[in-house]
Order: sequence, then C-alpha cells, then structure tokens
Amino acid sequence: MKVTKDDLDNVAVLSRLTIPSEEAPQYIEQLDKFLTYVDNLAQVDTEEVRPTTYALPIQNVFRDDVVKPSLDREAALSNAPLKEDGYFKVPKVLED
Amino acid sequence: MRLYNKPAHVLHDMLVSGEITSVQLTQDVLARIDEVEGDVRAYLTLTRDEALAQAKAVDAKIAAGEPISFLEGIPGAIKDNICTKGVKTTCASKILEHFVPPYDATVMTKINKENPVILGKTNMDEFAMGGSTENSGFFPTHNPWNTECVPGGSSGGSAAAVAAGTAIWAIGSDTGGSIRQPASFCGVVGMKPTYGRVSRYGLVAYASSLDQIGPLTRDVTDCAHLLNIISGHDEMDSTSSDVPVPDYTKSLVSDVKGLKIGLPREYFVKGMDPEVEKTVRAAIDQFRSMGAEVVDISLPHTDYAISTYYLIAPAEAATNLERYDGVSYGERVDGEDLVEMMTNTRSELFGEEVKRRIIIGNYALSAGYYDAYYLKAMKVRTLVQQDFTVAFRDVDVIMAPTAPTPAYKIGAMIDDPLQMYLQDACTVPVNLAGLPGISIPCGFSSQNMPIGLQIIGKPLGEETLLRAAYTYEQSQNFHQQMANLGGKEA
Repeated sequence: MKVTKDDLDNVAVLSRLTIPSEEAPQYIEQLDKFLTYVDNLAQVDTEEVRPTTYALPIQNVFRDDVVKPSLDREAALSNAPLKEDGYFKVPKVLED
Repeated sequence: MRLYNKPAHVLHDMLVSGEITSVQLTQDVLARIDEVEGDVRAYLTLTRDEALAQAKAVDAKIAAGEPISFLEGIPGAIKDNICTKGVKTTCASKILEHFVPPYDATVMTKINKENPVILGKTNMDEFAMGGSTENSGFFPTHNPWNTECVPGGSSGGSAAAVAAGTAIWAIGSDTGGSIRQPASFCGVVGMKPTYGRVSRYGLVAYASSLDQIGPLTRDVTDCAHLLNIISGHDEMDSTSSDVPVPDYTKSLVSDVKGLKIGLPREYFVKGMDPEVEKTVRAAIDQFRSMGAEVVDISLPHTDYAISTYYLIAPAEAATNLERYDGVSYGERVDGEDLVEMMTNTRSELFGEEVKRRIIIGNYALSAGYYDAYYLKAMKVRTLVQQDFTVAFRDVDVIMAPTAPTPAYKIGAMIDDPLQMYLQDACTVPVNLAGLPGISIPCGFSSQNMPIGLQIIGKPLGEETLLRAAYTYEQSQNFHQQMANLGGKEA
C-alpha cells in the first residue's frame, strides 16, 4: 500500500472533509489503486519538458483599470446561509 | 402535427413563415415533457410559466412584423452548472440546492439576446464530475433510447432532453468529454469548442484549464448556429480568445474532397466494443467514398492522457471547490467553530465522487507529492499536446470513436471509478490539448443504442469540423431518428 491512514487523515484535513472511520479503508484502497494506475507517468521522460498550465498560449491579459457597476451588497448577500447588518455571519473564530 | 422532434432551423423557418407560433411550439414541447419526463428525468428545474411568457412575447413580435433571430421563440435547456440569473443553479449538488445566481453567465447573456424560450435547467453529474449522470446529488437521468441505460455525462440531462424531444437544443459543458460522450450515448450532435472560444464566466468551475461550454443539438446546422451565438471574447474571462468569430453557418457546405483525415491507432484500442469500431470505421469509409483521404497516424502519449487528466482535473477541482465553505453562498451545516462548520458542511453535502476527487486532488497537490504527481502531469500534458501539433502537420482533422462503448446499464460501473475513468480515453486528450471536438451520430448497435463519431480539429478549427460533420450528415439519416420511449413517439 502506498497510502497510509495518516496520509488520508492529513489530506482530509487539508480538504476540510471528515472521512468516517468505517469509510476510511475504502478511500485508502481507491486512492491506492488510483496512484498505482497513474504511476505509468513515471515511465515518461520529462527531463526537458516544460509544464503546460493552459492549452493555449495566454499571457498577461491586461485591461484598463476603470470602475464599472458590480453586484450590489444585497444581491451579493442574497445566497448567504446567515447574514447580519450587511455582513456574512459565521460561527465564532476567536476565543473570548 | 408534433413539433418537438424537429431541429431548430426548421422550426425557425416555420415561425418566420407563420406556419406555427412559438406558443404552439412551446406547448408541444411541454406536452412532450409531460409524456416522457417521468421516464427520462432530464430536468432538475422546469420553468414552464416563464417559458410560455417568453413564447407569447415572441409571437407578439412576429405578429407585429418584426424580424426574429435564429433562436427566437425556440425552446431549449441549460445545464445546471451555468449561472442563470434568478433561476436556481445547483450543479446537481446538495451544497448548492437552493442557490439562485444574482447574475447571468456570459453565455446566458448572449443566448438571452436571441429571445429564446428557456425550459429549465438540466441534470448532470455533481459539479460535472462523472460520465453517466449517476453522480447527480438528486437523481439519475435515463437514456431515452433505453431507459435502463445511462445517458452519459456529465451533460447527461442536456443530451437526454434533446434526444427525448423535451428540448430542441441544449447547452452543456465539457471538461473531459462531458458534451461529446453524452451526445454519442444519446444520438445527438455535441461540440466542445476550442478552449477559449466560449467565455467561461458564470460557468461553475470544475477544472478551469479544461472546461469549455458548447451546444447539444439535433443536427450540425443547429450546432453551427448555436456556436455563432455563444462564441467570442469576453473581458470577464481572461482566458477567452480574442480571435474574431467567423460565421460558422458558412461552413455548412457538403464537400470533403481532399480533406485529409488522420486515424490515431491508439484510439482504436483493445477492449473497444467491436460494434463501435465497426460502425465508426464504416463512417470513415463513407468519408473516403466522398473524396476524403484517410491516413493512419500515431498520438504516442495517448496511454498517459487518462493519468494526466485524472491528476490535473481533480487538482484544479480541489482548488475550485474550496469556495463551498458554508459562508457566502450555498448550504451550511452548523458546527462549534468556523472550521468545524466548514468541515461539516462539506462532508455532509458533497457526494462520494466529488469527495473522492477532492481527496485525490489535494493529495496530488500536497507537499512531498506535488512534483511526482501534479507537476509531472502538467509536463506530460505538454507531450500530449505536442502529439496533436505534430499530427496536424499532416492531416486536417482526426477521427475516432467518441466513446469505446455505447451507453451501458445504470449501475454497471458505479462501484469501479477507475473503470469509469477509462471510458474517457478518446475524449480527455482533446481537453488536455484545448482542441475543438464534435460528436455526431454515425449508427446504432445491435441493441439499437446510438454510436458517435468524434471529429477533432486544430485549435480554432471549428469550421473544418462543421464542414466535415455536415457533409457526413447529408449522406445518411441517423440524426433524424428519435428515441421511441416505449411507444410514446408521436
């Protein structure tokens, strides 16, 4: 196995996901199978190859810095699960 | 006379001549929805009242003698990952179950200028992750040709609606085959344009360097018209191309004499359904008989494209889906503190496949694995792209199957994600290279399930694709056949 329970726990925290312990073995097995499958990339010589992020050559797209109308506050908040006084409201972040 | 089974260009002419009204047409398609939607389930949201109001407005305009644009008064459907102002846009995810966008995607702004009739939002794999529409957070869509089979995905609702006659045209999105493969499974025309040809502003992002919006239609003529409407530069999407948009309907010319077609030997793989291979080769023979030249080519890095895609797409997805944190939009599941609230929200409301891809993506991006997986995949992506660049020095288009099999039974692959990923072997390289690709109907299996021919073009080579596809379409009638749906055909 390439993937350990610690690996899964670590990546779950990074992903802000809880993996229930009874589902962990299946996740580990599937991630392991997947990583074994993509190991075929190791056979490819990429020593002199530059990475591609976008398929088309797009570089530094600029536009004029002009103020234009944008969503008003009410519209921007219209889908908020919880809001108050024109702000998004979240559970307490800092201790008292 | 039933109208739901006609292509948009025919209906447009009937509207212009006064033979039909938009209300008649819209009512006919809504009646078709009443007849078959219970079996197909292509829609997540139906906007019947708005649709009829739009139709009435168009009829008033026609009655006043005003000219109408191509899509005006013609009912269509939009994939539910494209933001529609004031109409729920869920991405088939519980986490966006009640999300109502406060703005329109650029494609919607462009489409709405045409005054079409919008019937609703179509089902999909959650966040476009999947190839069967079984990963919808709400319910699966069924293939109109055999409701025990999947419609393909992730734009399965859009393809099924066009095939079932519950929409005349539809819009989808394609990240690794999500327009072309369901088009193939449902027997309709589906095009993924060149990366950058259509603005992605307002398309809920899955994998931003691969996503592209495109049309699903009854025939190639409608495809060209839709492409005219949705293409073009948009300052809201800095990856959109500023190359001028040609009139794609000028490419609807029946002539492939001298067209050079490349057949990549790597795409006719072992394990491919023999009926698919036979049908696709017969279509290519048809091109040869119409004067095209067919040569064998090689795309040597094809074997690595699936691995490359399934590292890059989840890595981009893991990043894009960070925004679903229960704060600014979407649903929330409470927790003791901020991090617990975010974790609970994501854990309870994302589906299995979405979580699996987020885990894969964050693993590939995490410290210690980045070079071996993500960076390596981006380098191999360069090689996949170079394969095409080299091939296109000698050929005008590349032809291959769209999918290695016809539509399979619902549930057949759901427990084996890796097997499902291999279904995408013929489509993902096209997204990695940013090329245009179209799937057109080219025949049926012995079980009477549609089979699609994929035509792949050079960057911004949509005109050549359309000409080739149109020429083929003129030579047969596969595109005119419609799903029977248990005898519910008119």
